[in-house]
Amino acid sequence: MRWLLVKDLQILRRSKLLVGLLVVYPIAIALLIGVALSRGPDKPKVAFLNQVPIGQTTTNIGGRDVDFAAYADQFFDAIDPLRVKTRAEAVEAVESGDALAGLIIPADTVERLNGGLGQAEVEVLYNGDALKQSFVESTIEAELARANATLSRTIGEVAVEDLRILTEGGQITTPLGRQSLLGLERSRDLLDETLARLPADAPEREGLEQVLRFAEQALIGLEFATPALRAVSEPIQVRATVLSGSRTPLDAFAVALAVAVSLLFIAVLLASGVLALEREEQAFGRLVRGLVSRSALLAEKVVLAAACSGLAALAMLCGIGAFTGVDWSRFPLWLVALAAAALGCSALGVAVGALAREVRAASLLGLLIALPLAFLALVPSGAVAGGVYDAISVLNAIFPFKPTLRALDAAVNDADPGVFAPAAHLLGLTVAYGILARVALRRF
Amino acid sequence: MTKRFGERVALRDVSFSVAEGELLAVSGPNGAGKTTLLSILAGILRPDAGELSRPPGEIGWVPQQPAVYSKLTVRENLKLFARLEKVADPDAVVARMLEQTGLTDRADDELGTLSGGNRQRVNIAVGLLADPPVLLLDEPSSSLDPRQRERLWEFVDALAREHRTSVIFTTHNVAEAERWADRVLVLADGEVLFTGAPQALHGDADASGVDFETAFVAFLRAQGH
Repeated sequence: MRWLLVKDLQILRRSKLLVGLLVVYPIAIALLIGVALSRGPDKPKVAFLNQVPIGQTTTNIGGRDVDFAAYADQFFDAIDPLRVKTRAEAVEAVESGDALAGLIIPADTVERLNGGLGQAEVEVLYNGDALKQSFVESTIEAELARANATLSRTIGEVAVEDLRILTEGGQITTPLGRQSLLGLERSRDLLDETLARLPADAPEREGLEQVLRFAEQALIGLEFATPALRAVSEPIQVRATVLSGSRTPLDAFAVALAVAVSLLFIAVLLASGVLALEREEQAFGRLVRGLVSRSALLAEKVVLAAACSGLAALAMLCGIGAFTGVDWSRFPLWLVALAAAALGCSALGVAVGALAREVRAASLLGLLIALPLAFLALVPSGAVAGGVYDAISVLNAIFPFKPTLRALDAAVNDADPGVFAPAAHLLGLTVAYGILARVALRRF
Repeated sequence: MTKRFGERVALRDVSFSVAEGELLAVSGPNGAGKTTLLSILAGILRPDAGELSRPPGEIGWVPQQPAVYSKLTVRENLKLFARLEKVADPDAVVARMLEQTGLTDRADDELGTLSGGNRQRVNIAVGLLADPPVLLLDEPSSSLDPRQRERLWEFVDALAREHRTSVIFTTHNVAEAERWADRVLVLADGEVLFTGAPQALHGDADASGVDFETAFVAFLRAQGH
């Protein structure tokens, strides 16, 4: 088997295009994915017009200063602002395509918020292209919703504080300045004391008793007001529980996916090609008539393709890891996952090569099998009918791509259920496809 | 030996022997079973009945199409098969084979750059690496020009006469069979029609006085093929 390996490596070395692809491809893909993941998505360009006069962006809500310029800064984190001076410029920028949208803050925005003159209104312009509009619309609406929520929370907190002062007494800020408020509790206590000192038939007693009852009723009523105000500012809270499925963030999963796809294609195409080549070169009969057993020949092809695809995948992973935050301490697990995946995919490759018997047919068959497998493995359970998903699950179980993806996700991103279960699955598939290839070689 | 492929009987009760140093030509029309016979002798196919007196490891095989790797050089091809044959000194054997086949000056050329004739020489060289006592050649001269054919047969003849290698070769070229073979075995529809010296075929065909090819065709016709 050793000499067959040497022979195949010599042939590969002289197939410059193939070797170039095996070396350059993982590096190129690693660079592309690494750069893509290390930079966030481009921010949409938005024409921005702020008509609020300078120095008038701050308002005082219940003694707390709120600067609306801070909201603009937060908004600029999500967009690429194109500052304009007039509404006409904003319209022109959007119509010409220089900006995906326009956002106009009218001059009376802060005034309306200050004076309780109803809602403040901002104007948003879109260019009408549905695809672009939906993208920037989502961004703008999300940021406005965030600003609204923050403002509501601020107003709610101020109102809650005012209620507390109303109830317990204290200093309160009004348009006339700081005032000392007695508070309903202290008022009730004072009224109690005063009524206790008054004779039973005092004419002031009835009036004072009414005021005392009012204070007590107000205190009872305001006990419910505080939680109600808090609920208004954030009426619905979300408590998320992940019952099952991957918790891997999407960009980290993309790393495992890219490596898995590359490994699958390299292993299947290489293994099927080098086996079919033996027949095309007419050498198969010469080899198996007593020099090498069919099983040894298959094993050699699996080992060769597994080594090449595993090394290429490792190079990819290291390349992507240079750009992104992979956990390098998990390197030994990477090796386990890559080894098992490379063996499983290579075994599928030799089965394809044994069935196809020609290099071109083997390459085509390898592509036809590998591409749909990769897609099917990514179909989530809720996306298709139950029976269809069951069929997809069966296919995912009998082909090596899904366990490869699971093994790599576990090795790189510490995803459940860990590396060893999918690795064992892959080793089982290696044996199964090896047997299939061995049977197919009878008519090779 | 008998060999069936499904319902079709490719070889039916074929029996023969080859002496040490003898050249045996196996001839016959297309589909007679010549390549099947050689494949069984080489160990690539198993007969459904019958047995061979020698194992495949003692039989060198030169298939009709060169069974060598076009991306490897001549030397690399010979070295690979010498190692797989487990010869004692692969480098020495390779050097000897390059010398014997006249390929020393092309030793480091990739096989894909060689002519058909030179590729066939490498093909034959691979079959001789293990110095087998029996050599099978399947249509060895079909891709050679006349000069190369002459050189090939001189080489094969020397193998038989000097090295006492038994050589069994298939051929459509009955003139070659007549000129080089000690005996001719004629197959048709999987059956042996004739075994004997080429000259004896003339008598069997009642075709004395004509060339061997005419006698051969007459013989086949007389046998109903």
